[in-house]
This record gives sequence, structure tokens and C-alpha cells, in this order.
Amino acid sequence: MEDIDAIALLQDPVRRRLYEFVAAQGREVGRGEAAEAAGVARTLAAFHLDKLVDAGLLEAGSRRLTGRSGPGAGRPAKVYRRSAAERDVSLPARDYRTAAGLLAEAAETAGLDMELQDAARRRGRALRGQGASFDDLDQLADVLAGRGYEPVLDDDGAVLRMRNCPFHTVAEQFPPLVCGMNLALLEGLAEGSRVRVRMDPRPGWCCVAAAPSKNNEH
Amino acid sequence: MSTRTRYHLAQFNLGTLRFPLGDPRMADFLSLVEPVNALADGTPGFVWRLVEEGEADATGMRPAGEDVIVNFSVWESAEALWDFVYRSGHLETMRRRREWFQRHVDAHLVLWWVPAGHIPSVGEALERLALLRADGPSPRAFTFTSSYTAEEAAGADAGAVSAGTLSAGTGPAAL
Repeated sequence: MEDIDAIALLQDPVRRRLYEFVAAQGREVGRGEAAEAAGVARTLAAFHLDKLVDAGLLEAGSRRLTGRSGPGAGRPAKVYRRSAAERDVSLPARDYRTAAGLLAEAAETAGLDMELQDAARRRGRALRGQGASFDDLDQLADVLAGRGYEPVLDDDGAVLRMRNCPFHTVAEQFPPLVCGMNLALLEGLAEGSRVRVRMDPRPGWCCVAAAPSKNNEH
Repeated sequence: MSTRTRYHLAQFNLGTLRFPLGDPRMADFLSLVEPVNALADGTPGFVWRLVEEGEADATGMRPAGEDVIVNFSVWESAEALWDFVYRSGHLETMRRRREWFQRHVDAHLVLWWVPAGHIPSVGEALERLALLRADGPSPRAFTFTSSYTAEEAAGADAGAVSAGTLSAGTGPAAL
């Protein structure tokens, strides 16, 4: 299926709610749970979830939701998670991914880490706007969500982590270069705020985390 | 036993120092060596790293030149190594690499498969790096972006043996 057809499937509001719910969980989601979140019957949810799988937007697996196994445990339930495949449509056609990959390759070869970080920090400051700053993690989370990072506060609300890396493809190819760029961008964005960003990479997450800054900083 | 458990992945890389290790500009790097090594030692999939006799690490060893330090380790899988290098606290040292290390024009990191239990020598590592620099990535000397499986490496070595081109020390006795 072409990207434009897959994306067009999300025009349907129920499908879109299901997709966004599954994507936001960052784990496997059962049919019942997704149906409840989208406010539709389980059979209708199942129909739409499978359509999203056919389009490559979600991936399906099976799991025993009850944790029981052996005879009497019943059939494994079908579960869904967001697909790792990227879909994008640009009209007219643009190909910034190839450009980004080539620029990153050249910067890597030339050892331009510091120059890239300087440019990213300046861009971060410009995105924040003059005089603006963040008083807390919720304010930063709003801006990061708008930039596609999918921020999630941890259980006690002390650390903000990002489920999505907006630079994923080039970050996988040139991790120190691109992750360094990303950190500098967010440092510029958070400068002068009561929140502080730092590098804290872990598998499956953006390399940067944010926390409230201590009083003696900034 | 599957090839996954019969072979481990060796990684060797060079860093040309911008300043001597005693220089204050290297202090941040030096302060990260011990915690990052401890992190590696405790990472699932870590097998071995080079340590100078009587020392805690290999920063004093200079097998590739007076101003070149080496980093040499063995891992159970490419995924385990990748997650440590790029998805752990180690990334912080990579992000700041240009503050401490000169840019390398030639390849400076090489990966190759070793039989599980075999501790590769520094000579072997330098040989693999030379191979990568001379011929580009191959199953016997590769990089993260051009990686090969242990099966491909085993096949390449078998082919090299029958062609009689394998150098001493990396022959079938080592595999």
C-alpha cells in the first residue's frame, strides 16, 4: 500500500482514535482495551485495528492477556502495537530524508559535531522565542509534543522522556552526531527555564530526558 | 549450539588524542572512563574488555601510536554492543568526542566475529583494522553500518582457507 493510501485510512475518526491510542501506549494493546479507549464496540474496534494492520500502520501479535497458560487458558488474544515503518506524504514531492542523510554523512566525515551542535542550539533558542521560558515539565511537554517527540512523564512526574525520535532515520545512522544535535537543540529550547535537559539514552526512546532544574542552576 | 552462541563480536577502535591525558582539557573525558567501563561491565551481553596489566583500564596502552588510545571489547551480539555504545550513558562520551579526539580520515572502528571463549589479541585487532582500511568492509572486518553475520564470517574464512590466503593467527585454529 502506498503511503498516501495508508495515511488516508486515518481519515476515519474511529480508526484515528484507535491508532493514536495504541501509539501512545508504547506497548502491546488488546482489542478490548482499545475499544474502550475509542468508545466503540469490541467487534468494530477489531475490524478497524485489523485494517490498520493491513495498511502497515500497526503490527499485530498474540499474547495471553490473563497470564495463564496451559489447558484452559483459552486462545491467545490478538494485541497491537505501532509499526516501526515510517509513512510520509509531501505534496509536491520532497525528499528531505535523502538530503538529511547526505548532510549528516558529510558532517560526520568532516567531524563537524561542534558546528552542528552550535547551529542546533541557536535554532532551539529561536524556536523558544525571545524572553520565553518553561516554568515546568508540562509546559515543555506541550512544545515537544507539537514537534513530534511524544513526551511522557514518568510515574512520579519527575522526569519527562520522549517516546519518539523525530530524527530517527539519521539518528540510527549517525548516533553521536545526530543525538548531539538533538540535545543541543533542546538545550537551546530550554535555556533560561526551570527545566533542564540532559542526555539519558535507553533502547526504544529518544536520547534526551528533561527534569526540573535545581534552584542553583540558571 | 547455534552460531549466535558459538561466536561473539569483537570491537576495536582508536582515538587520536587532541591533548595528552594529563592535560586539563581531557579531565572530563578521564572522569568518564571509570563509570563508563563499569557500565559496560554490567551491561547484558558484555563479555570482555582490554585492560592493561595491573591497571583498571587500557588508557595507558599505546599499540597504535603514542597519542592514540584504544578501546577493545567482546560482546555476545551486535545488538548488545549497539545498545551499549549508542543507547546508554556511553553516548555522552561519543557526543563530546570532538572535544577530546581528532577526526579520523581512515576507518577507526572495526568489528569481527570471534569464537566464543577466544580472547582476541591486540595484534589481531590491528590486523582486522588494516584489513578494513585496505579492502573496505567484508565478513572478516566490518562496521556497524556494513555488518555481517557470524555465518557469513565463517563462510568467508572457510573460503579464505581453501584459497590459502589466510594469515597466521586468524586461521581455522582460531575459528
